[in-house]
Amino acid sequence: MLQLLWLVVAIPFVSAALLALFGSSLPRRVVAILGAGSIGLSTFFTLLISAAFLISPPADNAYVLHLWTWMSSGEFHPEIALYLDPVSLLMLLVVTFVGFLIHLYSVEYMRNDEGYARFFAYMNLFVASMITLVLANNLLLLYLGWEGVGLCSFLLIGFWYREPQNVRAAGKAFIVTRFGDTAFALGLFLLFTRLGTLDIQEVMHRAAVQWSPGSGIAVEAAALLLGGAVGKSAQLPLQTWLPDAMAGPTPTSALIHAATMVTAGVYLIARTHVLFTLAPSIQFLVALIGAATMLLAAFSALAQRDMKRVLAYSTISQIGYMFLALGLGAWSAAMFHFMTHAFFKALLFLAAGVVIHAVHEQDLYRMGGLRKELRLAFWSFVIGGSALAGLPLITAGFFSKDLILWQSWAGPNGSAWFWIAGMTGALLTSLYTFRMILLAFYGPQQAHVKAVSGVAVRISLIVLCFLSVVGGYVDTPPDFGGVPALSNFLNSVLPPLEELHVGPINETITALSASTVFALGLGLAYLLFGPQRSRLPAHNFLERLWLAGWGFDWLYDKLFVRPFQWLTRKSARDMVDVPINGLAQVTILGYRALRLTQTGRVRWYATGLAMGTVVILAIALFVH
Amino acid sequence: MILPSLVLILIGGGIASGIAARRSVVVARWIAVASVLANLSMCFGIWMAHLDRSQSSTARWFVECDFAWIPQFGIRIHLAIDGLSLALLLLTYFLGVMAVLSSWTEIQERVGFFHFNLLWVLAGITGVFLAVDLFVFYLFWELMLVPMYFLIGIWGHERRIYAATKFFLFTQLSGLLMLVAIIALAVLHHQSTGVFTFDYEQLMQTALSPRTARLLMLGFLVAFLVKLPAFPLHTWLPDAHTEAPTAGSVVLAGLLLKTGAYGMIRFVLPFFPGPSHELAPIMMTIGVVGILYGAVLAVGQTDLKRLVAYTSVSHMGFVLLGVFAGNQIALEGAVVQMISHGISTGALFILAGLLQERMHTREISAMGGLWETMPALSGAGLVFAMASLGLPGLGDFVGEFLVLLGAYRANVPLTVLATLGLLAATLYGLRFAQNAFQGPNPHHWKLPDIRPREWAVLGLMMACLLWIGLYPQPVLKTVRSSLAAAQQRALPQEIVRR
Repeated sequence: MLQLLWLVVAIPFVSAALLALFGSSLPRRVVAILGAGSIGLSTFFTLLISAAFLISPPADNAYVLHLWTWMSSGEFHPEIALYLDPVSLLMLLVVTFVGFLIHLYSVEYMRNDEGYARFFAYMNLFVASMITLVLANNLLLLYLGWEGVGLCSFLLIGFWYREPQNVRAAGKAFIVTRFGDTAFALGLFLLFTRLGTLDIQEVMHRAAVQWSPGSGIAVEAAALLLGGAVGKSAQLPLQTWLPDAMAGPTPTSALIHAATMVTAGVYLIARTHVLFTLAPSIQFLVALIGAATMLLAAFSALAQRDMKRVLAYSTISQIGYMFLALGLGAWSAAMFHFMTHAFFKALLFLAAGVVIHAVHEQDLYRMGGLRKELRLAFWSFVIGGSALAGLPLITAGFFSKDLILWQSWAGPNGSAWFWIAGMTGALLTSLYTFRMILLAFYGPQQAHVKAVSGVAVRISLIVLCFLSVVGGYVDTPPDFGGVPALSNFLNSVLPPLEELHVGPINETITALSASTVFALGLGLAYLLFGPQRSRLPAHNFLERLWLAGWGFDWLYDKLFVRPFQWLTRKSARDMVDVPINGLAQVTILGYRALRLTQTGRVRWYATGLAMGTVVILAIALFVH
Repeated sequence: MILPSLVLILIGGGIASGIAARRSVVVARWIAVASVLANLSMCFGIWMAHLDRSQSSTARWFVECDFAWIPQFGIRIHLAIDGLSLALLLLTYFLGVMAVLSSWTEIQERVGFFHFNLLWVLAGITGVFLAVDLFVFYLFWELMLVPMYFLIGIWGHERRIYAATKFFLFTQLSGLLMLVAIIALAVLHHQSTGVFTFDYEQLMQTALSPRTARLLMLGFLVAFLVKLPAFPLHTWLPDAHTEAPTAGSVVLAGLLLKTGAYGMIRFVLPFFPGPSHELAPIMMTIGVVGILYGAVLAVGQTDLKRLVAYTSVSHMGFVLLGVFAGNQIALEGAVVQMISHGISTGALFILAGLLQERMHTREISAMGGLWETMPALSGAGLVFAMASLGLPGLGDFVGEFLVLLGAYRANVPLTVLATLGLLAATLYGLRFAQNAFQGPNPHHWKLPDIRPREWAVLGLMMACLLWIGLYPQPVLKTVRSSLAAAQQRALPQEIVRR
């Protein structure tokens, strides 16, 4: 059964190619069947393979499927080979399953769009690239998937290409993430040059043997990979592309934020965790970046007016939690939060899509009172939002976030500061989540519903609602009599965290604090943004700063964009040509000057002859 | 006799096409296609016969043909084919067919003379890749030049005379330096052995003092650096590429530039191993400067063909970096880069030609929103832009990655700078793709989308890029032994050092 793994990758690639080549001449029904059906088929095979993997795990809990040698030069022989172990299996399940629900939703959501086939071609390519990234057994193939998702995000953000701001957002996403990719590529050169392989398992094995912890080379390697990860996962300082990525169709946002793309950085770090363990300073930096991004983005989410931008900043913030977990060595906690986040973030985006379609409005301050007319969207928001904010015990987000919060205290690298930061983030998350729900669904109704959702949309939302609730039960804290099944499953690949700090705060207190913070956020949101709605959109300096995402765009514009534009403008006329054309000019001048002597007058020529003779004689005489 | 016939078919085909055009233009075009196709299939035959042999066999050449021409000076018509020349010849004829097909509707004046020139350029290129007698090599080197001059000067765009003259002067002057170096080499060989010869393998053994070797090497190197082109000798290229008709640009970018890189690998590295090792850091630096300079200038261009021309400067910087990085991975990467750059840039020039044929402009600012009216053509443009910016899965990535991977061993700081070139490539790739195809359609263009003939051309090129991008093994296997032979003499130091 496991040897069918290649089908999971191949099906969406083939369907993307078919749609790209022949899509425009196919009827919409066929496009829909190809587009969503291919991902459905992939999901089906993934489920079969997962069952086979769980029932009879392969040796060492990992299965490698060699397809062919990509290129072979000197001692460099990267393969096209797939690697399945618990971590990639979890990723694969989430990517295909959530991806399939998003595709199913899109069949209906995009029905009236002229670029129907193009949309599904891009979406299928997106999922195919992500699957390649997840299943790659070497870093070069992972890099192929990595660049593939970058390309697809570019294509999808700019899907409605007639709007200049969409085009700009698409370009921005591609360029900003390519900054990270460049660091990643350098990391590959370094790893291969020092370790002689790019096979992920082999790299980690050799690094652990050859490099001592904290050595310069290990730090350099981990730092370069981190550069790639912050680009794709929209962490500081490369987070600026994600809020603008909202320009794409809403299902695209769901795909980028939940199943593909932004989680790639988290996966990369978890996948190569040994390298980060060997570089403690960089691992600490991962935690710092995570905590800082989580807080900054949460503040920004508080001030946004556009519903999708709230969700975008929320994604940046939640990925920050995952980075925090990775930085503290809580590998499986990060993967767990990745999974639950995929469920509730996909749900929130798809529900937001329903709202936006229904009222043709994205501004929260122009919505309000929609809970009666959009009941399913409302309940989706309540369930997804509660999971995001961590409603205790009955939502998936609670368990995964609680695990991170607890380990940020108890882990060997944990500290009170990370714990406090995590709690603050949780408070802000609860606050901005319920602000969004209150503004959109309570208060006076301002916009009217123009469209209702159909069956496919409903099915996707309901399934995701279900997952956002029960998804957390795969890993429950043993302190409350639960079973950490997922962590145990991942532990064969990702080493478990030693819980060291058993001080004044234990897991129960953490869970209670998190619950309190959730309630506090909810209450605050009700006071500030409740139905009486005394607050107006961003009116003081801080809120304007948050609205503008802390001014990073402004800063980068001044620091990089403008100087580079100036450089390209100034250098467009090739400077090197100046001396060369100058030489040509001198030659022409010389020719003109000499031409003056050619007058046709015999007297002039005779004079010239005479003068020349005199000069030559003089030279002959005096030189001797 | 198969090797001379490769040249003769093109020479004869050119003449036949020129004559036939007096009666029927279509026949002239078909004669051109047929003669290039004949060569392509012959080379394909050689490839199939020697693909497996290329690694095991000890013989240097797959096929060889040798007979005396001017015995007084030991000049022989000595042609030979090995993996490297075979790969480049396959590229030559593939792009040759594409060039003829892509000028099917563009060229309407003096069709016969056009195809005559086109085929004679290809004949010159064929000779350059085949000759292993240095005198004959020089003859073919010059043969490439004159028909190309006419192609640019007669069928070019607005500033064609300026561009053609500039091209001619640059290559002619640098070619003369090479001629001097060749003759000097032959004379020195005569002095030390008493035998007059221009034979490749014999001249390679000439004993030279380090000083002479350095001087002679420069003679060769300048000619090849101009052709490549390397910064700061590149300025003929943007003008020539921009002003040439589509087929001219394809042949220039796809093939003529490759003769420069070929010359370095075939002659400079094995003839002058010591000096090339000494000069390697400088050459690599020039390569990196070219990568960045070309990329930055490409971003600033407003003329589509000029933009693509500067990307060529950038891409050929990778080739220079790879050739002088002094290890197998980088050198093999450089050759893959040569081939895939030929295809991807050739395709971009064809695309620019299609746009110009439809819109009568090359200004990017006059485009915009073309996806709306030409979705298929725009989609193809996007694919080639992605190939050009080094997207994995397409050919250019394999070349660039191998070059950088190899160069990293030789020089880390330079490699880091060169990798920044990939970042700059994103900018010019997007500038082209976004400004031409996306955005609103402010000029309300309504244009016919791609036609079947054009689809066939671009589709084939896309398929080749995908093939090289995902399974470059056949290419690498074909060129491996020739590259090893070139490096064997060049870099014993490298092996000792590692």
